[in-house]
Amino acid sequence: MQFAEPLRLQSGAALADYTLVYETYGTLNADKSNAVLVCHALNASHHVAGVYEGEPKKVGWWNNMVGPGKPLDTDRFFVIGVNNIGSCFGSTGPMHTNPATGKPYGAAFPVVTVEDWVAAQARLADALGIEQFAAVMGGSLGGMQALAWSIMFPARLRHCMVIASTPKLSAQNIAFNDVARQAILSDPDYRGGDFYEHGVVPKNGLRVARMVGHITYLSNDDMAEKFGRKLRNAAENNDYQFDFGIDFEIESYLRYQGDKFSEYFDANTYLLITKALDYFDPARAFGGDLTRALAGTQAEFFVASFSTDWRFSPEHSRDIVQALVSNRRKVSYAEIDAQHGHDAFLLEDPRYMNMVRAYYQRIWEELA
Amino acid sequence: MNFQDLSSLRPDLAFIAHWVPNNAHVLDVGCGDGAMLRYLQGDKACTGYGIEIDDDELLKSAQRGINVIQQDMEQGLALFGDNSFDTVLCLSSLQMMKHVEHLLRDIVRVGAEAIVSFPNFAYWPHRVALARGRMPVSKSLPYQWYDTPNVRCATIYDFEELAAECGLEVLERVALADGKVVSFLPNLRGSLAVFRLRKKARSAP
Repeated sequence: MQFAEPLRLQSGAALADYTLVYETYGTLNADKSNAVLVCHALNASHHVAGVYEGEPKKVGWWNNMVGPGKPLDTDRFFVIGVNNIGSCFGSTGPMHTNPATGKPYGAAFPVVTVEDWVAAQARLADALGIEQFAAVMGGSLGGMQALAWSIMFPARLRHCMVIASTPKLSAQNIAFNDVARQAILSDPDYRGGDFYEHGVVPKNGLRVARMVGHITYLSNDDMAEKFGRKLRNAAENNDYQFDFGIDFEIESYLRYQGDKFSEYFDANTYLLITKALDYFDPARAFGGDLTRALAGTQAEFFVASFSTDWRFSPEHSRDIVQALVSNRRKVSYAEIDAQHGHDAFLLEDPRYMNMVRAYYQRIWEELA
Repeated sequence: MNFQDLSSLRPDLAFIAHWVPNNAHVLDVGCGDGAMLRYLQGDKACTGYGIEIDDDELLKSAQRGINVIQQDMEQGLALFGDNSFDTVLCLSSLQMMKHVEHLLRDIVRVGAEAIVSFPNFAYWPHRVALARGRMPVSKSLPYQWYDTPNVRCATIYDFEELAAECGLEVLERVALADGKVVSFLPNLRGSLAVFRLRKKARSAP
């Protein structure tokens, strides 16, 4: 969907006009009360569930959560997945033409924040005639968007579902993000962000960025169990290679993940999204007081975290719960004992799925 | 859930529910399957939260549509501010806590009033079992000594002493057997002890 009205950004810059790509599942009911917005995280898109015709391998990123009969049941709810601005899956981003110059935006694409994304999503909701969502839901960076929705548009959502997320990044989180950014920025093929014109892609930078990021998505236990110190290309007698190639399985796995990622992801998008993560801190405007930041919210909340998630650990989710409780907001909180680190929010776990299912049952019963 | 449902499901909870005023903001520490809060929210227009650590019970609470927070009660109630609830319930949970005194102090910190219940170890069948030289196993203490989650055994008298030490005023003290009040020899004939407590008002300087 195209938007001609300029979008003022938190940085002071503006996007003159922009496109938002979105996907919907299920049917919007007559009084438009069963809409659920699903917000995506770093490397995902509007393609939340299902597969496209003829592309059976491109399964939606939250296909285990969203669909007919799934915890977020598309036989009941009208689900919207929207690709955020600055991303590389169709919505206006740094690879698109800057109307001011006639060339791709590149590094000139304005830095966008979680709040900017939410403002853009709200315009999409306007265009679709949805005044109030039954729920806005997201995991990780998507959870930040859900939380921002509850603050920015308190009356436009009845339920806010924040999963494996945080009200702000820690210094450690920011540090990892900056290592990733430096990997991209220092790749000679980055060309100051204008690599499109030169017909190159800073693949090495993206690859390292993804490898660093991926480490933070897995738990130590998970890595130990999956890879341990297993050797990949053991020489004779199961010996080391004594060179700088791939010795260990974990190296092979991370390099494979990095390679795959660098094939389809955009370097400028990676920079933009990690900045959006770093900047998110709704309590900042309230002297760091999250309770005050959430004082204006009206939604009911579902918050979930995973015990071995050290990227956005349960403490961060508890901070959200505490601030909500202090404001006497309705909130349910599940702390799922799962071994898969941050990635757990995308994986199958009956305790997690059942809690989400139970919560949507409650939303459904309110609708009826 | 109406009163009849609660009465047949959990007569002890039905009795205790009378002590919770309408419209109260309630914290149910160890809320289990959420039956009590469900009833209080419906019939008594109460608000509030349940706390539960167990995954299965947590899910049951969520399925009842109550606001339930997964947390280990041993870690105390730091999530909650002073006097943030009208009533704090801790029903048949305290005996499973290692840090009973700490939790009890926290309960009265966050609530204007607390209602605490626990199996009365001095209930006569328990005494008979001990007199015969065996650990009691009963309807209110249905576990063997080696697999019981109940790590604290207390009698009505014992709890009264702890309450006094913690600076708590006992507003009501009732012993129940099968959900019915036992007024004659309560520490002998009651299987469940129920206390209604509040912080002692500070004497004027």
